[in-house]
Amino acid sequence: MDSPSFTLSRRQFIRLTGSGLVVALVFRDLRLFAGESPGGSPVLPPGEVGAWIQIGEDGAVSVYTGKVEFGQNIRTSLSQIVSEELKVPLSSITMVMGDTDLVPYDAGTFGSRTTPQMGTQLRKAAATAREALIGMAAKKWDTTTDGLFADKGMIVNPANNQKLAYGMLTKGQQIVHTISDDVAVIAAKDWKVAGKTVRKVDGQRYITGRHKYVSDMQVPDMQYGKVLRAPSYNAKLVSADVSKAENIPGVAVVRDGDFIGVVAPDVVTATKALQLIDVHWEEATGQPSTANIFDYLVKNAGQDGGGTGESGGGSRRGGREAGGEKQQGDVEAGIAQGDFQHAQTYHVNYIAHVPLEPRAALAEWIDGKLTVWTGTQRPFGVHEELVDTFHLPKEKVRVIVPDTGSGYGGKHSGEAAIEAARLAKAVNRPVKLVWTREEEFTWAYFRPAGVIEVTAGVKKDGTIAGWKFINYNSGNAGMATQYRTVNKQEVHIPSRTPLRQGSYRALAATGNVFARECHMTDLARLIKMDPLEFRLKNLDDERFKDVLQAASKAFGWDGPKVSGHGYGIAGGFEKGGHIATCAEVAVNPDKEVRIIRVTQAFECGAIVNPHHLENQITGAIIQGLGGALFEKIEFENGKILNPGLSAYRVPRFSDVPKIEVVLINRKDLPSAGAGEAGIVGIAPAIRNAILDATGTGLTTLPMIPNGTIR
Amino acid sequence: MVLKVNGVDHEITADPDVALLTVLRNHLDLTGSKYGCGEGACGACTVLINGNPARSCITPVGTAAGKEITTIEGLEKDGRLHAVQEAFLTTDVFQCSYCASGMILSAVALLHGNPSPSQEAIVKAMNGNVCRCGTYPFIVKAIQLASKS
Repeated sequence: MDSPSFTLSRRQFIRLTGSGLVVALVFRDLRLFAGESPGGSPVLPPGEVGAWIQIGEDGAVSVYTGKVEFGQNIRTSLSQIVSEELKVPLSSITMVMGDTDLVPYDAGTFGSRTTPQMGTQLRKAAATAREALIGMAAKKWDTTTDGLFADKGMIVNPANNQKLAYGMLTKGQQIVHTISDDVAVIAAKDWKVAGKTVRKVDGQRYITGRHKYVSDMQVPDMQYGKVLRAPSYNAKLVSADVSKAENIPGVAVVRDGDFIGVVAPDVVTATKALQLIDVHWEEATGQPSTANIFDYLVKNAGQDGGGTGESGGGSRRGGREAGGEKQQGDVEAGIAQGDFQHAQTYHVNYIAHVPLEPRAALAEWIDGKLTVWTGTQRPFGVHEELVDTFHLPKEKVRVIVPDTGSGYGGKHSGEAAIEAARLAKAVNRPVKLVWTREEEFTWAYFRPAGVIEVTAGVKKDGTIAGWKFINYNSGNAGMATQYRTVNKQEVHIPSRTPLRQGSYRALAATGNVFARECHMTDLARLIKMDPLEFRLKNLDDERFKDVLQAASKAFGWDGPKVSGHGYGIAGGFEKGGHIATCAEVAVNPDKEVRIIRVTQAFECGAIVNPHHLENQITGAIIQGLGGALFEKIEFENGKILNPGLSAYRVPRFSDVPKIEVVLINRKDLPSAGAGEAGIVGIAPAIRNAILDATGTGLTTLPMIPNGTIR
Repeated sequence: MVLKVNGVDHEITADPDVALLTVLRNHLDLTGSKYGCGEGACGACTVLINGNPARSCITPVGTAAGKEITTIEGLEKDGRLHAVQEAFLTTDVFQCSYCASGMILSAVALLHGNPSPSQEAIVKAMNGNVCRCGTYPFIVKAIQLASKS
């Protein structure tokens, strides 16, 4: 993140945005910026601008942000926030997102950061713009700002009922304001537009098929590209005869070391050309497989020191966020002090993101400048990859991210962008490249597999005397327990992974919360305490307690139970979101599991859009069902064995139980993100319900890939 | 061959074994129908052939010649949304929306054959369509709303 590409002088800035009023959010109070220095030195240092808002001469509002829309509906929620503070109708706002030539640097859209960070920045920028417009109106009317207010895109003077539209104020002006951190914003309790359900701002484009995803785009003279793939991981190219492919009219074969790609006027010809390449590979042997992956991860623990952060685009190392080992008290002595000890190993398989739109890119070189349209969660990250790959100055690369067919953490990287750019450069024409589902399953990256060892000691009165938690490989997100204990140790040990792994919705938190919440219910059973009571007894965090109580109340935790059914509860805190989940299951004599119903309470501060939040949380539960019950990447000796949607099972309509979402609106708290935390509760809630029904405590994700308890 | 799409005849030069989806998207620039899996397992490519839902990614274009093909682009009439589109819009169903066209066309076919489907019938008819964002309950709600209109 140390090489942002955005650096502009005030003059360049105005050329980019046009005239009118521009309010830029800068991370430091840059006095220089208000008046350009005589020497003409750059006044917006790299990386200092987070977002900006422009109010044009026609009163139209443009909001520039490096965040991208992948289905979180942030184009809507961020518009609501600006509309609220700037007092303009939603329809007058245009969000300019994810275009590296137009928007300020942004590390990427991940980690549930859009609402707490970008939302806050835009709120402050919009509030600053509002106050600046009031000041401009006062000057024009030759009065003070006292009593003037903003409403419906106009400044109003209630004393004489004078009104001035924003466009009238900004016309002919070239004003750039920066804001510091202390601007007053509207409290959530007074929100009129934010905090309300409004529909997806451009919803009609999607239900009519009009929106152009990258995979839908066409430009004049565009060609279609395909890349030759190895039959397995770590295979070496021995020889390739491309003559038959090259002999097809219109086909070009691009070779650069082991990289072989084809370009053709249409996708059918490109596919055919690829098949005609006579290629020989030397495949690697002795690679790990699904059958021995967990042993492999433990044996290779610590073999590969570092790890990628969430922004990482997938690597062969463990997923790791900031913060490593945590120790407190004497963990071994603490565990021994318990009346009961409980040790269990939990396993988490690799799973795939399966974004319904696979990776796609369209690359075009014009006069030495490369423009790539691609669906990535990190436009500036891919920008950097392209700069490095093609040794270009930063200003010679532009990455544009149209609203994309989902990602869930799976599209941090720029593979398709680089491939399309290579092919386009070689043939000197625009090239579009869309990965097949099989390529997406095989050559993207996975949520890490992991082994989690938990040992705990519990006293009869419910005190957790000691808590030891070791995660091999899958990461440390969500690893820290919120439950009270004096003696604890929490360690994440990266390992060597045979499959490429990277970010995923909630990353390692799903596995870590699963292990912790399974273990908590097991401890409660050892001391014969109700699992909800046991959790509440060991919590100090009122917000966590609130969601547990809200979920259990709506679910009827203390109410009548159906004989033979099982009931489970779980909760967690992740990325600013507090979550608690209750599940009811039925297990028949054939050990087939049916999920009857799920109730999930969620709290992430002040709610910006209730319907979209409910949709997001519902979706997280349903996506979470897949990894909880049946999603699993099968692999053997460098090959993915289920690289298609007929073999890799994802949740469908018939998998969905009755779902109730309870949203707690804390208007007194800042809004946090909601994309991730919603996924962590479902697996342990179901597992604990199955345990309640059958006495069997499952320990591996997915729990019932074949539909039954083994 | 002649392909009749959304009421308009198109003269197409293509291998009859090529997938209908490829022809729709690349020859006719009707990109509302999406590629999701290439094996008829996700429903993103769903179109109507003579009113029946078909997975265009595994339908050889030759077999569709001479039949009435409807894609998402053909649902609007005189600038007005189809009742099913209207219901999906009102319910504000989607997140990334990549599955939207296939969902809506599958729902149109369902409601054509069964104007008041039970929840069970909806689940059965729609089960071949994947929404990876998990908006299924909202899709069911939208179909129920459309069935009332």
